[in-house]
Amino acid sequence: MGKITLKHVNKSFGEVAVIPDINLTIEDGEFVVFVGPSGCGKSTLLRLIAGLEDVTAGQIDIDGLDATYLPPAKRGLAMVFQSYALYPHMTVRKNIAFPLKMAGLSEEEQEKKVQNAARILNLTNYLDRRPGQLSGGQRQRVAIGRAIVREPAAFLFDEPLSNLDAALRVSMRQEITELHQTLKTTMIYVTHDQVEAMTMADKIVVLNAGNIEQVGSPLELYHRPANLFVAGFIGSPKMNLVQGAVAAAQGADTIGVRPEHLDIVESGSWHGVVGLTEHLGSDTFLKVVLDTGDTITVRADGEVGLRHGDRISLAPRPDRIHRFGADGKALA
Amino acid sequence: MARATSPRRKTLTTIAAWSVALIIFFPVLWMILTSFKTEASAVASPPELLGADWTLENYADVWSRSDYPRFFWNSVVISLGSTLLGLAIAIPAAWAMAFVPGRRTKDLLMWMLSTKMMPAVAVMIPLYLLFLQLGLIDTRIGLVLALMLMNLPIIVWMLYTYFKEIPGEILEAARMDGAGLIKEILYVLTPIALPGIASTLLLNVILAWNEAFWTIVLTTTKAAPLSAFIASFSAPQGLFYAKLSAASTMAIAPILILGWFSQKQLVRGLTFGAVK
Amino acid sequence: MSTQSSRLAARVMVAPSVVLLFIWMAVPLAMTLYYSFRLYRLLSPDRTGWVGFTNYLWFFNSPDFWLALWNTLALVGGVLVITVVLGILIALLIDQPVKGQGMLRILVIAPFFVMPPVAASIWENLFMHPQNGLFAAIARGFGAQPILFLEEYPLLSVIGIVSWEWLPFAALILLTSLQSLSSEQLEAAEMDGASALSRLRYIILPHMTRAITVVILIQTIFLLGIFGEIFTTTQGGPGSASTTLPYMIFKQAIAAKDIGRAAAGGIIAVILANIVAYFLMRGIGRHLDA
Repeated sequence: MGKITLKHVNKSFGEVAVIPDINLTIEDGEFVVFVGPSGCGKSTLLRLIAGLEDVTAGQIDIDGLDATYLPPAKRGLAMVFQSYALYPHMTVRKNIAFPLKMAGLSEEEQEKKVQNAARILNLTNYLDRRPGQLSGGQRQRVAIGRAIVREPAAFLFDEPLSNLDAALRVSMRQEITELHQTLKTTMIYVTHDQVEAMTMADKIVVLNAGNIEQVGSPLELYHRPANLFVAGFIGSPKMNLVQGAVAAAQGADTIGVRPEHLDIVESGSWHGVVGLTEHLGSDTFLKVVLDTGDTITVRADGEVGLRHGDRISLAPRPDRIHRFGADGKALA
Repeated sequence: MARATSPRRKTLTTIAAWSVALIIFFPVLWMILTSFKTEASAVASPPELLGADWTLENYADVWSRSDYPRFFWNSVVISLGSTLLGLAIAIPAAWAMAFVPGRRTKDLLMWMLSTKMMPAVAVMIPLYLLFLQLGLIDTRIGLVLALMLMNLPIIVWMLYTYFKEIPGEILEAARMDGAGLIKEILYVLTPIALPGIASTLLLNVILAWNEAFWTIVLTTTKAAPLSAFIASFSAPQGLFYAKLSAASTMAIAPILILGWFSQKQLVRGLTFGAVK
Repeated sequence: MSTQSSRLAARVMVAPSVVLLFIWMAVPLAMTLYYSFRLYRLLSPDRTGWVGFTNYLWFFNSPDFWLALWNTLALVGGVLVITVVLGILIALLIDQPVKGQGMLRILVIAPFFVMPPVAASIWENLFMHPQNGLFAAIARGFGAQPILFLEEYPLLSVIGIVSWEWLPFAALILLTSLQSLSSEQLEAAEMDGASALSRLRYIILPHMTRAITVVILIQTIFLLGIFGEIFTTTQGGPGSASTTLPYMIFKQAIAAKDIGRAAAGGIIAVILANIVAYFLMRGIGRHLDA
């Protein structure tokens, strides 16, 4: 079981309130991603759940029991750190067995569980090596192995892929997702990378300046961002945000249209000049300077023949226009 | 540095470096040479490098006239004992300062170091009287305590600088894995910091071995280490050079050999956080 | 970044060191302070009593005191300058591509393993002795008068001996620091057209600042209390020419057997040490972002 509830959780370092007030429920078995720009409090929030930091006020329940003042070891959670935090003086086997040894399991039981974890994570051939002799991806697996042997109520991941190269990141992303599908244990995953959030999460929590901006499934956030911050943060390339007369015409302070929801047409409502073009093969991203002075990004076909300086006309798909009020909140 | 150097320049710098090193080392070498000379040869003019009549007699003489093994054993017990005790007290303190730093951590460290600036002579008499009261004069335990306290600030400082280089996440991982504080320090911190702890141990064994003020003030015979042994030999000025050299060599040989064997480890650790 | 329980644990963990060091410092200091205001002579143990600042005044009125103060600072300052400057030069030399670097280190580090009484007696007897010393023999070889090191230049001789003892420490710390300098930095500077001297001035020395700071800090701690080397060689003489404050206190305590005066001297020495420590910490402590 791994249901985690945060009630009015507040964290201050001295005078600075890093997390002013957070209420959040994480259901058992969910894969929840905390995402936000650096300094938004997502790692602090994870460390509060882990018990590595004290809450200043509020309550954290794990499986219905108040865990606010429990030390990390007593919360039944396992954590995978950004640096993996493997014990450099122990072999892979001993690293994975460490939590079991701390829990006082017998040698045979330790070995059985280590073997099982090693099999799941393809580490069987590396059990007698030390972390220093492993590649980044293997270290990552050892860190995960050390987490899963404990059969925790929930896994906490603190930016676990940020030290890996791009290709490895994609494959580890899939491995972690598959692991979640196999284990069906609650996972809380912190990242600043919205692509990781979108691809892995059941539920995304977007954080900004210690506050929750929006909670929802990836597609909910993509299709119905609750405010300008979420609109700008989720989706790649970023949603185009335009103010002024165009927005006013829609009865909004700001309107947003994603690059993929703009069509290049003979005569649309927006006109501009093509600036930078990025050819990705499958797609082409065009920077277009509109006559109003706004610069927007447009996704076009990979084969598009437009070049720098060409004049084009654009039509936003009417049902894909997001409207935001002066307070930044989405208008219904 | 993988930089291009002409062979000529390499030869020149090699000669220069070796000359400087030999000049620095020469006094020790000369002492060792003198210890093998006869007394007449030791003061011969012009000086002899090593006479044809070199001898081991000086060593035999010093050995038979003094209880060298006792002094030696006292030195071992006192220097090792004070350092190990110091480590046992300093490791937790350095853990706290490195991993749970507060606003006052740096001040605390500086205060600890400043206690070492108090001239020993200034508090010699009160400490002597205190030790007398506590029955610690001329006991090994007394010297172990005194030297432990004398070197404690250095031990804490060295450990602190090593510990600071260990990522806090590893200790947090241990905490998440269910290790309590003691297990965290014993099973995770200490093994990771072992190289640092080893050089701290080495340096402080050397400092304690070479300590020659408290060892002389606080001992008479039973607990006297080699620094007190040599003090008793240096009295006759300008006389018995060969015997004095033999006794001196015997006093420094153990630590010189230990130091030479562990010099890599020691030098690496001698940085006090000065090298990042 | 920590929890309340870990902060509490930290206090508990640091407590033994702090308490022990506090006792080790405060109790003898309090006793010294007490004696410093008392008449307490071992030769006339019956006469005791409070004497106010008499013991302190004796020091301030003694010309020897000011000489001793000067000698103490000259000893510390002299040794620091010599060891740091020579240490940097030796570090630069050994860091060059030379043959047998390991063996060089072994030779250079040796004096550090020599206990002070042995160091002092080697220098005093085997080298500086006016008849039998090696220096005298060399002088005679050149037909010159042997220099009376300990008689004519007592303080300089002590500074020389102590510098020899501490030179390895300085040289090796500075060498380690030098070797931690990335060669890319130097290569970049070379590409930028910096001469060897400018590389030293703008890249190497700034890189070594922390190491130099550490050397000065540690050596000062040990040098302020230098005693054994003087005791073995010059006994503070001739006259008071090489008497430092610690040695003057020692003379009051052991030779004059005046505990009260020695205690007053001790308190003055502690105050001096604190003044030095204050300036040291203020001046260079910021280089140690501890």
